[in-house]
Amino acid sequence: MTAALELRNVTKEYPGQPPVKALDDVSVRIEHGELVAVVGPSGSGKSTLLNVMGTLDRPTEGMVAIDGTDTAKLSDGAVAGVRSRNIGFVFQQFFLLPGMSAVDNVANGLIYQGVGMAERQARAADALERVGLGHRLGHEPNQLSGGERQRVAVARALVHKPAFVLADEPTGNLDSRSTAAVMQLIADLHAEGTTIVVITHDTEIAEALPRRVAVLDGRIQADSGTPFETVAGAATHPGTGGDGSRPDLEAV
Amino acid sequence: MAAATIDPSPDGMAAAPPRSRLRPIDVLRVGASGPRARRMRTALSALGVSIGIAALVGVLGLSESSRSALLDEIASLGTNLLTVEAGGGFGAGDSELPDTAVATIGRIDTVTDVSAVWQVDVDVYRNEFIPEGQTGSVQVVAADTELVDTLNGELAEGRYLDDATAAYPNAVLGSVAAERLGIHGLDEPTYVLIDDEQVEVIGILEEFPLAADLDRAVIIGTEAAQSHFDAGDAPAVVYTRVTDGAVDTTRDLLPTTADPENPEEVTVSRPSEALEAQAAADDALTTLFLGLGAVALLVGTIGIANVMVIAVIERRGEIGLRRALGATQAHIRRQFLTEAVILSALGGVAGVVIGVVATFVYATSQGWRVVIPAEAAFGGLVAAIVIGAVAGLYPAMRAAKLAPTEALRA
Repeated sequence: MTAALELRNVTKEYPGQPPVKALDDVSVRIEHGELVAVVGPSGSGKSTLLNVMGTLDRPTEGMVAIDGTDTAKLSDGAVAGVRSRNIGFVFQQFFLLPGMSAVDNVANGLIYQGVGMAERQARAADALERVGLGHRLGHEPNQLSGGERQRVAVARALVHKPAFVLADEPTGNLDSRSTAAVMQLIADLHAEGTTIVVITHDTEIAEALPRRVAVLDGRIQADSGTPFETVAGAATHPGTGGDGSRPDLEAV
Repeated sequence: MAAATIDPSPDGMAAAPPRSRLRPIDVLRVGASGPRARRMRTALSALGVSIGIAALVGVLGLSESSRSALLDEIASLGTNLLTVEAGGGFGAGDSELPDTAVATIGRIDTVTDVSAVWQVDVDVYRNEFIPEGQTGSVQVVAADTELVDTLNGELAEGRYLDDATAAYPNAVLGSVAAERLGIHGLDEPTYVLIDDEQVEVIGILEEFPLAADLDRAVIIGTEAAQSHFDAGDAPAVVYTRVTDGAVDTTRDLLPTTADPENPEEVTVSRPSEALEAQAAADDALTTLFLGLGAVALLVGTIGIANVMVIAVIERRGEIGLRRALGATQAHIRRQFLTEAVILSALGGVAGVVIGVVATFVYATSQGWRVVIPAEAAFGGLVAAIVIGAVAGLYPAMRAAKLAPTEALRA
């Protein structure tokens, strides 16, 4: 079975004097159905990792495979196609478009797949139902609370049934009550089978999730491992993460 | 298992995954979403273009309407009027028409009406208190009783000379002459001072578009002119109405008929030609307003470009989000280009409506037929769309070039 997301020997260097290595030989494999926290302090390279995982930025070296598709050699348009079908994004700042109803905001998650208007609206309404906002379809962002806005954003990330959802500090702009509600929603979605990667600096939030990948100085410092492999194996090989059972691949 | 599907070697390229796509109808929807969410700003940024387009459509509509009014007027005045004057040729200064010119011209078969005016070398004043020389360029002429009929003229007040009133000092004023003499009505007996003689004003004429000289004249009867003011016998101008199909042949015939001895010193003109030329010419004011409209359009274009540049800076988050949702650079470029075109097209539609309404109101108030050239209305819309595309090009390119990671950085 293909992984939802696989990074192999990914390095990201920003040009400069001297060049800054934001990611240094990172390999990680996330299976379908996982709920993973990528945790690390600011400056650890986790934002770069998010951008590379979401194909918003290309690695200097290494391979990024989204649901079995290697994105390294794809054109900008083709990578955009991969994003439109396989990745759902949730951002700290919500990024809901003002003056547009919740259902239209969610429907935007389908617009770049060429899905027709009526189907977009119907699927968006379903997704909002799923995050518990079935009664808020026509509300505009400024009529919603912070927690509700983030739930709309989660619905938008889910509406096209992506291979995985990337949530970047999803509770960073929320009070503690809304934080709890959004994390509960993420847990519920995970229980229903959705693959979710939560990027956070908050160790408390990370602790509550089944798998934790700790990032520091552009390297994976610790990976609590997938449920399918031994935690000890990953821990003794920091920086490789993923699949210790296939050393031949790691040599590539 | 995973190695079979995830092959990092360049040879193992699977078929490229489907690219993201944005339906054309959705390009429009996405392009309209920005202007819809910010209505006040949309209205203000469309305003500049709408003023420019309104100016262009209004000016073209008004000049066409007034031109058609002028052409209507020419048609109603008749284009078969020919005037015969002395002058032309070398040393023409002192030449005059023979005394018999009116009679000989009247004998041409194709001449249906003939009338004439004679110069009278006396001054006219409102009253005896006006200093000598302040005539306001008002001249005294003698005319026969046919003049108003021949010129299709109209009286504003009173009546024209007839056989009875022409024999004694009675005056009919041209429209400009009446104004300059300060006479606005004939409700009570009114007199002017001609050569120190009180002469009663019996009528005031409307304008003569085909003989503007007469607007500045005080007209008296020929008999009275000769008996009271020593007028000569040689007519100054002979006005003739000619059978419609025979204007050109009659025109060739007139000089020799009027003055068989010196036909080269006779000038024949067709006043309607001058009016037609005037109707055909763009007057300076129209050009000025067209220029102002063009400047307003330029300012409107810059305004839209400006608003779009600001929108791109302000909406980096939206651009980043759309890239994350799968938009390509081309999709972003199309969105902002469409947005700019929508802004200026809104301005164009509003401008055309304003221009048409302004033309309608003004032309109606002037009693003109309302003429709105289709190319002005249609051209205004096309111009607006082109302006939007030009104004939106640079901001749209900038939006498309923005890296998603940079756009998403708050």
